[in-house]
Amino acid sequence: MNARIDLSLSRREFLKASGALVVSAGGPAFIGETLAQTAAVSTGSKPPLLPTELDSWVAIAPNGRVTAFFGKMDMGQSLDIAIAQIVADELDVDVAKVDVVMGDTALTCNQGGASGSTGIQTGARPLRSAAAEARRLLVQSASQKLGLPVEQLRVDDGVVAAVSDPAKKASYAELIGGRHFHHQVEWNKQIGNPMDIKVEAKPKSPSEYRVVGKSLTRRDLPGKVYRTEKYVTDVSLPKMLHARVIRCSRAACTVAGVDESSIKNVKGARVVREKDFVAVVADHEWNAVRASRMLKISWKEAKKDPFPPMAEIYDHIRKAPVVKREDAVKKGDLDGAFKTAARVVEAEYEWPFQSHASMGPACAVADVRADGVTVWTGSQKPHFVQTGVARLLDVPPEKVRAIWVTGPGSYGRNDAGDAALDAALLSKLTGRPVRVQGMRNDGIAWDPKGPASVHRGRAALDASGKVIGYEFVSKGFSRRNIDTNESDPRDSLAGMAIGLPPKPSLDFGVPAESYGFDNKLLAWEVIPPLLEASSPLRSSHLRDPVGPQIQFGSEQFIDELAAAAGEDPVAFRLKYVTAPRDAAVIKAAAEKGGWQPRQAPRADRSGDTLSGRGIAYAQRNGTIVAVVAEIEVERKSGRIWGKKFTVAHDCGLVINPEGLRYTIEGNVVQGLSRTLFEEVRFDREKVTSVDWLSYPILEIRDAPETIEVVLINHPELAPTGAGEPSIRVIPAAVANAFFDATGVRLRRVPLTPERVKAALARA
Amino acid sequence: MASIKFAVDGRSVTVNADPSMPLLYALRNDLGMSNPHFGCGLAQCGACTVHLDGEPVRSCVMPLSAVTGRKVTTLRGLGTPEKPHPLQAAYVEEQVPQCGYCINGWIMTAAAFLKKKPKATDAEIRDALAGLKCRCATHAAIMRAIRRAQTQMA
Repeated sequence: MNARIDLSLSRREFLKASGALVVSAGGPAFIGETLAQTAAVSTGSKPPLLPTELDSWVAIAPNGRVTAFFGKMDMGQSLDIAIAQIVADELDVDVAKVDVVMGDTALTCNQGGASGSTGIQTGARPLRSAAAEARRLLVQSASQKLGLPVEQLRVDDGVVAAVSDPAKKASYAELIGGRHFHHQVEWNKQIGNPMDIKVEAKPKSPSEYRVVGKSLTRRDLPGKVYRTEKYVTDVSLPKMLHARVIRCSRAACTVAGVDESSIKNVKGARVVREKDFVAVVADHEWNAVRASRMLKISWKEAKKDPFPPMAEIYDHIRKAPVVKREDAVKKGDLDGAFKTAARVVEAEYEWPFQSHASMGPACAVADVRADGVTVWTGSQKPHFVQTGVARLLDVPPEKVRAIWVTGPGSYGRNDAGDAALDAALLSKLTGRPVRVQGMRNDGIAWDPKGPASVHRGRAALDASGKVIGYEFVSKGFSRRNIDTNESDPRDSLAGMAIGLPPKPSLDFGVPAESYGFDNKLLAWEVIPPLLEASSPLRSSHLRDPVGPQIQFGSEQFIDELAAAAGEDPVAFRLKYVTAPRDAAVIKAAAEKGGWQPRQAPRADRSGDTLSGRGIAYAQRNGTIVAVVAEIEVERKSGRIWGKKFTVAHDCGLVINPEGLRYTIEGNVVQGLSRTLFEEVRFDREKVTSVDWLSYPILEIRDAPETIEVVLINHPELAPTGAGEPSIRVIPAAVANAFFDATGVRLRRVPLTPERVKAALARA
Repeated sequence: MASIKFAVDGRSVTVNADPSMPLLYALRNDLGMSNPHFGCGLAQCGACTVHLDGEPVRSCVMPLSAVTGRKVTTLRGLGTPEKPHPLQAAYVEEQVPQCGYCINGWIMTAAAFLKKKPKATDAEIRDALAGLKCRCATHAAIMRAIRRAQTQMA
């Protein structure tokens, strides 16, 4: 929630328009404004916030402005404007008149928050239907008012008029402005990502779109650049306490004792504790920080050496028992194929734990009162914060309001979910509103991690080089050692610290591709977590969960097979992919990227700087992406520079080309960062990556010089996701380019200068 | 505790606080400015960057005592929608920020650098911006925005 909505009405007008107005006197001004704006679109009793009510999705203000209520949120990837474009087209109003309210549990249905790149794919569907239905009802209403059949009416920018006589007209504002539809729609009874509705109206065909498909600019930019937008870190309430939660640097510790006198000289500071949950609070943030540094706690080791030596993590994974396995794709006779093989190719690939390492440590503000709870959160899944807080505090969910406010970035289940529950627990324990923010180490050492894994490829080739058997098995820590949202306090650090038992899920994944090998096995195996609970190496979703690691292996392995068969990597892929859209995407990336076919790595390796190019391709939930990476390898320093990337991207109907392009660029560069730099470090007892020195990420000197994006638009196909697919192909494309440049394979991420130099020494 | 006077965005202020407290907390908590962000507290990311007498500094490690009598400029003081700094205008035009939490560092550092070296090359710009972090990985757009601003400032 933010001040992006309704730019036309002044605050005074809101107050006038809305009558009895719910502005929480204690609330931050911008939240009050938001409520006022919402109130401004409607007078009279609003139906309850249920997916079955059209009013839960769309509203029209007395001045004709439209508000769309979106149960997800936008992290700067153009979802706000994309939703406005979709709604504007269905309603036939100027897109500038459409405001999008996001991620507030009091105002939006639970569409799952940001999750799985579904913002458009599933998130826009009910909005599209609701807008179409609203238009149908409004045209019907105009038909009655004007005494003309609906077939003789047209809508132009929110005005319904007779086709034959434009003077005969009624505006949306006149027809419903400020009032409610009180109209039922059919809900599919799902919550979260799959939530959808069915309506009588038929949404438009793509040929009728006017603003969908156009590159309209996001609305949140000026607020960010001129610093008028409030972040979750800026929420401030009267009598609010600042808090810091104290986490032992060592994993698997319980609290033996707290020396409260150690902070007695810090003004207003005190300790708040429940079981192993310890925090300090103070009126001034700096005093909370000081107290957190000075507080003396004696910790008790619950387990000696909870972690294996970091250097042995991949051996640990190889040797660990498999607690769950799934053969996701299994066809043909693999054993038979390997028996008749002229040649068998095998390789293993390794991927480390990685941190969300969000730009700032997570922050949340909670106000727990007898009559209700409000939480301001940067979590990308505010509706699940609502549920998690309700369970943690043992209050009914309807008594909890969670409001998403832009936070310091979020690409999955980062530390934001923990901060929200920390704040709620602290507000309950202190009886005051509490703002909690972590320090840097909380955001890197203690956030949920992307899991470490080992990926094994094995293929059988016949005498002609044809792949007759193919297996790819990933083995690693679960992608959901804690859940992907915070709806169950057992998945939060606060919950675990107060003694709630852990609730792990066992999942991983397999490559997403259409290679038509006759005998094929794609499988995954999950091993037990290193610690059952409260582990700084607990795993959960990090952008494109397990996608980069799986595809780092599988798309490099495909390249290894091409090399073994003596074929060009692009031609080899085109020979085996079976889906025509996949082939089109691979061809588009190769063509735009100026691909020169080569059956073997570049022969000239004489200079100090070696150049190479590599390709990788993958699917993701309906989206197809391919990338050509061009890199330089500095032989002496071992530095890899990802100089140029050419991405071809097919996600069906394109809603906003420029927004999509920027989203893909972010994926490319974040993917490059994870490929070249990122690895969570740990010793036997703790995570030792605590800041940007011990968890380096890409800086601008290493950013690509050029990123070319080819968008393949399919207006006839429903839009699929773009928030994550293009990150999963970057690691393999870089590694394949490294092979092209040097003739050597790098099969362990990150591709650090030390590993590069060691590999070149072997070459 | 000490009473420390300085100027922020053209306005004189007095803060009564621990002189060793970092400037960031004075700006955010004592002066209620929600504009520089806490990113690391270690001068490793730039999210808290402000200008001190025109030079970019990391306010998360700058003790309040060191700003006595000096001029602090925040991103909000650098320009407004009506009178934007060329970098701010370029940031909007190039749609640079995603979460936007980092941009104090990039814009304030680049603004001071371009003032000294308006015709800086790409390599010089990349060097000048070393140490700044952007987790959304908008670096390509950052470079485009800086080049665009350079044409405005030339």
